[in-house]
Amino acid sequence: MTNTIDSVFGLNVPALALWQRRSEVIASNLANADTPGYQARDVDFRSALQQASGQSDQLELSTPSAGQMGAAGSDADQLKYRVPMQPSMDGNTVDTQVEQAAFAANTVHYQASLSFINGSIQTLRLAITGGAS
Amino acid sequence: MSLMKIFDTAGSGMAAQSLRLNTVASNLANADSVSNSPDSAYRAKELLFAPTQGAQEGSMTQDADDGTNGVRMLGVTESQLPVETHYEPGNPMADANGTVYGSNVNPIDELVNMISASRSYQNNVEVMNSAKQLALKTIQLGS
Repeated sequence: MTNTIDSVFGLNVPALALWQRRSEVIASNLANADTPGYQARDVDFRSALQQASGQSDQLELSTPSAGQMGAAGSDADQLKYRVPMQPSMDGNTVDTQVEQAAFAANTVHYQASLSFINGSIQTLRLAITGGAS
Repeated sequence: MSLMKIFDTAGSGMAAQSLRLNTVASNLANADSVSNSPDSAYRAKELLFAPTQGAQEGSMTQDADDGTNGVRMLGVTESQLPVETHYEPGNPMADANGTVYGSNVNPIDELVNMISASRSYQNNVEVMNSAKQLALKTIQLGS
């Protein structure tokens, strides 16, 4: 049954988790907008979602014996450093306006994923109750 | 729920910025303080920020470096600019040569700092508000 539920929501569940993760990272960038030497980071959404959906074209390193280290790291590995548009003298690479825009867009994307999931739930509920409220 | 981490992050940012505002207030208030020796003259205080690594103080997150960093204060430094000297023999604080020593606070620097701190604080508030709305919407999922 869990499989069915998963297939109902599809890619929206890993996408929601990724948007959430990305909002965390951008929040850190904004909090550190005045920290000397802080380097802004962001989630590589495309590769992260491809990995989450199993559609990545990069083959994973197989680790047949115990104790072998895998090449695929945790999700921290999908973090990339942002290329600053206007680097500052103290080594900080946070462009506040870029981060603000990214955070706003990220919020909208999160809500979009949320409403897709909500729609699926409504559909399921309609199928169960047959339209009787 | 990891949306809650945003509250820790933005909260530490707000704490750091309000500390910075506090420093600016103290510097501006003491801009005209005088003293009878250069050593005891008021020197502008500046804060040193650094990102927190891993476990944040006072927060519940214990992960290693996962890309989310709050802000912490490393310490307070004092401006090394020379202090102002005035020749005011009538001043009760004047030394034997009739000199009083003012502060080395630069009001322009302080005002710029104040604006920057207040904008950063507002940014963090916005981030926290957005995170709160997202969390509330997620709670209402399926209703």
